[in-house]
Amino acid sequence: MAVASMPKQSWIKKLTKPFKRNPMNKTDGFQKFLFVLLTLLGIFMIIPLVFLFNHALKPYSELFNYPPNIIVRNPTFQNFIELFSATSSSVVPVTRYLFNSIVVTILTVITVVIVSAMAAYPLSKHNFPGRNALFGLIVLSLMFAPETVQIPNYLVVSNLGIMNTYLGHIMPHLAATVSVFLMKQFVDQVPNELLEAAKMDGAREFTVFLRIVIPMIMPAVATVAILTFQAAWGNTETSRLFMQDEAMKTFPFFLTTFTNGAVNAVARQGAMAAATLILFLPNFFFFLFFQRKVIATMAHSGIK
Amino acid sequence: MLKSEATAAVPLKKSRPLNLNLRFKQFLKQLWSYRMSYFFLAPFVITFTLFVIIPVSLAILLSFTYFNALEFPKWVGWNNYLYLLSQDLIFLKYSLPNTIKFALIVGPGGYIASFILAWLIAQLPNTARTFYALAFYSPSLAAGAAMTAVWVPLLAGDRIGYLNSFLLNLGIIDQPVLWVTDPAFLMGSMIVVTLWASMGVGFLAQLAGVLNVNKELYEAGAIDGISSRLQQIWYITIPSMKPQMLFSAVMAIVNTFKAGLIGGDLSGTFPTPQYAGHVMMSHIKDYADVRFEMGYASAVSVFLLVMMFVANKLSTRLFGTRGDE
Repeated sequence: MAVASMPKQSWIKKLTKPFKRNPMNKTDGFQKFLFVLLTLLGIFMIIPLVFLFNHALKPYSELFNYPPNIIVRNPTFQNFIELFSATSSSVVPVTRYLFNSIVVTILTVITVVIVSAMAAYPLSKHNFPGRNALFGLIVLSLMFAPETVQIPNYLVVSNLGIMNTYLGHIMPHLAATVSVFLMKQFVDQVPNELLEAAKMDGAREFTVFLRIVIPMIMPAVATVAILTFQAAWGNTETSRLFMQDEAMKTFPFFLTTFTNGAVNAVARQGAMAAATLILFLPNFFFFLFFQRKVIATMAHSGIK
Repeated sequence: MLKSEATAAVPLKKSRPLNLNLRFKQFLKQLWSYRMSYFFLAPFVITFTLFVIIPVSLAILLSFTYFNALEFPKWVGWNNYLYLLSQDLIFLKYSLPNTIKFALIVGPGGYIASFILAWLIAQLPNTARTFYALAFYSPSLAAGAAMTAVWVPLLAGDRIGYLNSFLLNLGIIDQPVLWVTDPAFLMGSMIVVTLWASMGVGFLAQLAGVLNVNKELYEAGAIDGISSRLQQIWYITIPSMKPQMLFSAVMAIVNTFKAGLIGGDLSGTFPTPQYAGHVMMSHIKDYADVRFEMGYASAVSVFLLVMMFVANKLSTRLFGTRGDE
């Protein structure tokens, strides 16, 4: 079976062993029951997404059909065309929002990965004064949602003079406590002997970090990259709070201007679904691509 | 070997009581020897200070002032908090109870559901497991702006609404239900939609936790007389994945308290009809964005932070490991 090629993944191996009596390729009665139960639940979870996908491809005649139908009959790209053409004549075309989102997301992911990996390494491996206090502060701030204090955030950003710049989108993400925390837990797994051996051979901190630590924490890097991608790609707060210039706002913010009047102004539902699909699909494919690494990282996510 | 250590320690012991100045210099020297550590940390610590420490401290300060975003803040002491807890009827009648109701169902409810799902999925063979994990996780990818666009047409109040049409067909209801605009149903819709999108990072952490339980423990448990799967979960799985459970709980709590604004998005009105979906996040938004009473809004957000903190302390009590237990 195809399954036989997978045991390279250590966590998969670990799972299948506890149940010695049913080897992984056979399903027992309990598993059959599980399949039914999980499939039903899975359908509930997936239906809205299937609906979104179909809704985006529906022609006008089907969008407000009665009785409504989730599955599209005559798929068309009309909604996407409307989304891009209707706004091309307005002040800011939709492609501008999309461009902003892509630039901001790529820069945010790269800088967050670098900054949090750099912070995680000394937090885990160096015994500098203030280390416990700093780590305690990070764990403490995991327990808050600093986003709730928007007014002071606004004051900070406006005093830094980064309103209406890409920096205003990116910098708030850099205080990524969850990322630093996940990375730190993963660097803990890197054996100290390895680092010491490298230092004996004359390697400097930078070399140790780049050549040993980073390659060994690649799963955590991938995870942080995905989580940051999701946060940055879907973020509407920085546009709402820090950007007054319409040309600096991002795609998800543009989507909220659609949804705000969604109940009354149903006419643009098709274009809205198309925009939502554009927002959702990159998230989905990135996760699909990296999901093994994410689960490997999460195994070390525990707070002790 | 021993001797050299002893001689090396002598000058240190002598110098210690000499004067504070020397000790301070030694401390600086120690700091300097770790300069690379601080260099690595600098970018994070700077942004962390700018976007977490300063805003939270500022919020606490502002919560003791009257601040309308135009004039300089005026110190009012505990007045904001006094008003909040004794006279703000909208807060006491809607926002606080709604938040507690919403948080209690979505928080522990979603948390238990994500543990059960993680455990069930972990019992499946490999390929199927990946597939189901993806099915449960992907809705959380649609959280935020996308979530509203997905659910608004599904829950629309007329007969074109997909849920209404489905239920009408089955004969469960005989006229369309206003899922998001009727105060009686709004809260329920908010809870379902939030639960739908709640199988995120915490769920993945729990899945990884279940998958990483040392398999030898199960074998040892079987010898010690653990016979059912429920006993296995209670005596082996949960104790060995406590750290992941705590991380997951922290994520669940923070996300739950943050998630409240969905009510306004779903119903399309702000504040929600008859304050049915008015939670603390909406109250903050109301005072900050609509009434421009920034000081008071800060007081509400500080109150929310304290609630989050207390909830997290409770979960640390439940799942925290002491020492190297």
